[in-house]
Amino acid sequence: MWAFIKKEFFHIFRDYRSMVILFGMPIVQVLLFGFAITNEINDAQIAILDHSKDVVTRELTQKIVSSNYFLLVENLESNNQIEAEFKKGDIKQVVIFESGFARKLEKEGKASIQLLLDASEPNTANMLNAYTTGIINTYSMQKMINSNAVPLSIQVDSKMLFNPELKSVYMFVPGVITVLLMLVSAMMTSISITREKELGTMEALLVSPLKPIQIIIGKVTPYVLLSFINLVVILLLAKFVFLMPIRGSLVLLLAECLLFIVMALALGILISTISKTQQQAMMMSMFALMLPTILLSGFIFPIENMPLILQYISHLMPPKWFIIIIKNIMLKGVGISYFWKETLIIAFMTVFFIGMSVKKFKIRLE
Amino acid sequence: MNKNDHIIEVRDLVKRFGSFTANDHLNFTVSKGEIFGFLGANGAGKTTAIKILSGLSKPTSGVAIVAGFDVAKYPNKVKKNIGYMSQHFSLYDDMTVKENFRFYGGIFGLSRKSIREKTEYYLEKLKMQNFRNMLLKQIPLGWKQKLAFSVANIHEPAVVFLDEPTGGVDPITRRQFWELIYDSADKGTTVFVTTHYMDEAEYCERVSIMSEGRIEAIGSPGKLKEEFGVNTMDEVFVQIARTPLDPPIGGTDRGNSFKKQVN
Repeated sequence: MWAFIKKEFFHIFRDYRSMVILFGMPIVQVLLFGFAITNEINDAQIAILDHSKDVVTRELTQKIVSSNYFLLVENLESNNQIEAEFKKGDIKQVVIFESGFARKLEKEGKASIQLLLDASEPNTANMLNAYTTGIINTYSMQKMINSNAVPLSIQVDSKMLFNPELKSVYMFVPGVITVLLMLVSAMMTSISITREKELGTMEALLVSPLKPIQIIIGKVTPYVLLSFINLVVILLLAKFVFLMPIRGSLVLLLAECLLFIVMALALGILISTISKTQQQAMMMSMFALMLPTILLSGFIFPIENMPLILQYISHLMPPKWFIIIIKNIMLKGVGISYFWKETLIIAFMTVFFIGMSVKKFKIRLE
Repeated sequence: MNKNDHIIEVRDLVKRFGSFTANDHLNFTVSKGEIFGFLGANGAGKTTAIKILSGLSKPTSGVAIVAGFDVAKYPNKVKKNIGYMSQHFSLYDDMTVKENFRFYGGIFGLSRKSIREKTEYYLEKLKMQNFRNMLLKQIPLGWKQKLAFSVANIHEPAVVFLDEPTGGVDPITRRQFWELIYDSADKGTTVFVTTHYMDEAEYCERVSIMSEGRIEAIGSPGKLKEEFGVNTMDEVFVQIARTPLDPPIGGTDRGNSFKKQVN
């Protein structure tokens, strides 16, 4: 048994491709999702067309520019320039103050600002719009307080719970953990088992006194270990690089992850019993596991917004339940009583996959 | 050594897949220390029979006793007492010669010390001491094959099954390989070998020839040639199989045998 596990490590460590997948992936993915693919806005390029050029507009401009979200690159002089600016493509937003802004504000109690946004990237446009409106509203609130005027408008005060700064890392870390555990556990095991089939060494193993269960355990143990190391690396990165909190019990988190790893391994074994070649195992893992994990698990796209049929399909995806569990532990800090159902679902899936692979395995031996 | 000790005993062995009969009432025995050639065209049912004898597959009916154990009842005891080598050689390309020995010794439960001794013994015998720490993929095919045979023998099995061990190897290397086979038979290991090379069939003490799931002839090569009134095993084989002899690897008959199994 020990000899077997050692042999498996030889395979992994001598194949630089699997090394890259095993240890490069987690780090690259976390950093990619954390830094590059972000939903937050930093230094969006804007232009300002100030027809008024008075104290108030200058103050507002100052507020907007100093918010860190925007970078003022151009002060426009006339409306004619606007279209040309947008066409250049760098400018995402133009803020236009009407003429006599401060005067109107004083006299009539209202003045208008026009925001023009480049909506060829709708998400960005939406966010820029929200940020700018937010800044302007804050400013006018302060003004009112200072002038002791009675605020007439209704104030909407939304508070973001569990992730007050709406950090996208909070969303990506659980997702990346899920994707990687799935990838390492299911794909790597299915590939390594089919490789033995392809090379004909599986025959020799089956003819040896090793029981099939020993062969399976020998094959998957290294991947359990490596998946676990990966998990710890991701959690460390999340905690120390992205300052993501782990509010719930760490032991519980690791235990749930272990359950998910076992589930993924069972799935990998199942894939290896139905595929004949490494190529086939890889394709199957890619299409059957990776895409649904990324697309249907609620990792990136909220499940509630999907068509009903996809929502039903997503119930069949183990990652969906797992993401709910880790978000609960990491962000809400709640205990098992809040997600025992999800845990049970994954446990049930694990048993189901193991049962299926045992059945397939037996048929093949007949 | 008592040549009448039957190390393999097969009585009325039948294996069916649905309506297709792969092994149709096989009856034969193999003695201790004998080199037994198990011949037949592709799809004749050899692989099925070997799978049963090595405890991988259960017979539909009939009895097969290998190394003193009924394969259907005690497959694991059988597995402990047999060695197996296929045309794939079953060695790991990304491990060194030494590591391959250590791995297979390990799964057969040998102690570290005896694995070390065995490894040295075989490397010396094959004059491959310098290859010890080389990865298998750097070693030529002929050498690999000899190593695979030694690895299959590392736990001193009573029987070693060789399933087309010389596929794709040149005649000189094949000859050297047969010297190894004789060597281990002299030490009392029974060698059960399938092959498509009829010159190799001549090296066996006794051969059986299968066709369509039945054993059509069994006996020493000399006796069979006499019986069929021909000069070579080649001709004996062709008469029995009644199909042209396949090329040794990837023969055109593979497709047919596959269809047969599916039907």
